[in-house]
Amino acid sequence: MARVRRRFATVLAAGLALSLVAGACGGGDDNKKSSPTTEAGGKELPAAELALVAYSTPQEAFEKIIAAFQKTPQGKNITFTQSYGASGDQSRAVAAGLPADVVEFSLEPDMTRLVKAGLVADGWNAGEYKGMVTDSVVAIGTRKGNPKKLKDWEDLNGDGVEVITPNPFTSGGARWNVMAAYGALSNVGKDDQKGLDYLNTLFAKHVPVQDDSARKSLQTFVGGKGDAILAYENEAIFAQQKNQPLDYVVPDRTILIENPVAVTKNSQHPQQAKAFVDFLYSKTAQRIFANNGYRPVLAGVAKKNEFPTPKKLFKISDLGGWSAVSTRFFDPATGVLVNIENQLGVPTQK
Amino acid sequence: MRTRRPPTTGIGLGLATLYMSVIVFIPLAAIVLKSQHAGWSVFWSAITAPQAWSSLKLTIGIAALVTVVNVFMGTLLAWVLVRDNFVGKRVFDTLIDLPFALPTIVAGLVLLSLYGNNSPVHINIAYTRTAVAVALAFVTLPFVVRTVQPVLLEMDKEMEEAAASLGAGRFTTFRRVVLPNLYPAIAGGAALSFARGISEFGSTVLISGNLPGKTQVAAVQIFGLIESDNVVAAAAVSTALLVISLVVLVGIDVAQRWAVTRG
Repeated sequence: MARVRRRFATVLAAGLALSLVAGACGGGDDNKKSSPTTEAGGKELPAAELALVAYSTPQEAFEKIIAAFQKTPQGKNITFTQSYGASGDQSRAVAAGLPADVVEFSLEPDMTRLVKAGLVADGWNAGEYKGMVTDSVVAIGTRKGNPKKLKDWEDLNGDGVEVITPNPFTSGGARWNVMAAYGALSNVGKDDQKGLDYLNTLFAKHVPVQDDSARKSLQTFVGGKGDAILAYENEAIFAQQKNQPLDYVVPDRTILIENPVAVTKNSQHPQQAKAFVDFLYSKTAQRIFANNGYRPVLAGVAKKNEFPTPKKLFKISDLGGWSAVSTRFFDPATGVLVNIENQLGVPTQK
Repeated sequence: MRTRRPPTTGIGLGLATLYMSVIVFIPLAAIVLKSQHAGWSVFWSAITAPQAWSSLKLTIGIAALVTVVNVFMGTLLAWVLVRDNFVGKRVFDTLIDLPFALPTIVAGLVLLSLYGNNSPVHINIAYTRTAVAVALAFVTLPFVVRTVQPVLLEMDKEMEEAAASLGAGRFTTFRRVVLPNLYPAIAGGAALSFARGISEFGSTVLISGNLPGKTQVAAVQIFGLIESDNVVAAAAVSTALLVISLVVLVGIDVAQRWAVTRG
C-alpha cells in the first residue's frame, strides 16, 4: 500500500514538473509575441487540440509547418494530433467517423467523398486557390544518368522498356499517372483513341509490376526492377533527398497534380482550424512545402528555375474533371482501365 | 443406451458465446449481409468479374499447393524435432515460430531482397506465381509443425515397439501406427494453413507484383475494390473466400474423421 502511494506521488511530482516546464516554455513565447517578424498577424486564439488527418507524403512538411505555426501568436495555444496514411484510407476513415478538424488528401475524389458524407462544406473549393494547397506534376523517374535516354512518354513504350507504376485501382494516387499519360498522348483529350492505345500498350507490354501504392512502387524501382517509374515530382525529389539512386525528367506534356485541403464541418474548433489552413497558404508554410518537393500554390514562393513549368501542362479539369474521369476510366466494372487490366490475364491474342 | 450430458456451466457457455459473437460471428455476418446488399446477381457478377475470378483461382490454387507442401514438410519437421537429436535443435525449434512474429509485410520485403532483382544468391523469382507460393509457404510454415509436434511428443513409443516386435518394418510401423495417430493434428494444421494462405495480404503484396489476372491475389484484389469505393463487390469476394474456407475446413474435418475410423 505504502509502495503504491509512493509511486503515485512520484507520478504526480513528474506531472507537476512537466507542467512547470511547459509553463516556462509558454512564458518564453510570450516574450516573442511583440516581435513583428511573425507574418500571420492574427490575434491569439483560445487553446485547442486540432486533429489533422492527411495522406502520407506531406508528413515531414506538416511536422515542420506545425512547429512554425505554433510560433505564431495565432498558433501558440494550439496543439495537434496527426494521422497520416494512404489518401483513400484516410478519407474513408473520416467518412466512417474518425474525428478530424483539418483534412488533406492527394486527390480531389477523396475530398468529394467527405462532401457527399456531409462532413465538408460544399463550398470548400470556392476560395482563391480552389481548395488546393500544394501542386506537383507527374514525372518520369529513371536510373541514375538515364542510360536508356527516356525523356518523353513515347520513349516508355520503346522496345524492352519496363515501366513501374502502381495499380490504379489500389492506389488512388496512381490515377494521376494514368491521366498524365492519357492527356499527353491524346493531346488533352482531343485524340481520344491515341490516348487509349497508348495506355493499352503501356499496361499490356511495359508494366511488369503493379504495386498497391506509390511508395511500394518506389521500393520496387529502387530494388532494381524496371527502367522507369511514373512518379510525382515531389516523390522523386523526396527519394533524391533520401539519397535513393534515381534521376527524373519532367516531360513537356504532363498533368498538374493538385492536393486539396479543407476544414471539416463538424470541427469542434472551426476558428482554430481555419487559422491553421490559412497558415498553410502563408509564405513560411508554402516555402516548407517547396523544400519538401511540392510546387507551392502561392505565387512568388518558388525560386527561379526551382520548378520549371512544362511546356504543355494540363489540369484534370481539362480532361473533364475527376468525377467524369473516375467514371469513364476507373469505374471498377466498366472503366477503361478495367478493360485494359482484364486483358492482362488473357493469353495474348494473335 | 443414452448417456446423460454433463451439466453445462451457464456462465462459461454464456461468456464464450458472447465473446465469439462480438469478435467473430457478428463481423462475419455483417460481411455476408453486405455482400447480399444489392442482390444475388450483383454478388455473382462481382465474383465472376475477370480480375476477381482469376485472383480467386490463383489464391485458392496456391494456398492449396502450399498446404500440401506444409503437410509433408511440416510433418517431417515435427518428426525431426521430436525424434532426432542434433546440435542446435533448441534453436531450430525456436526459429520455427519466427514467421509468426514477423509482420508479414516485412516478410515480403525480406523475400524480395533475397529472391528479387538484386538477389545476393542469384535467384530471381520476384513478381511471379512462384514468389507468391514462397511467400505463403513462409507465413504458413509453423501451423502443421506446431500441431503435429505435441502429438508426437505425447505418443507412446511402446505402440511402435509392439508393432516392430510383431514384425512390422519401420515404414509399415510409421504408416500403420504413427501416421493414423497424427491425422487429426495434420488435418488441423492443414486447415489453419490453408485458411491463412487464402487471406494473406502483407507478404504477397510486395513480392507478387499484383498484375491483375497473373499474380494478383484475392486480398489485394479486394483492397482495390475498397479503394474504388466498391464495398459491395469487396464484400462479395470476401464472402466467396469465407465460403471456400468453410467448405475446406469442414471437408478436412470429415476426411480426418474418416481416416481415423478407417485407420
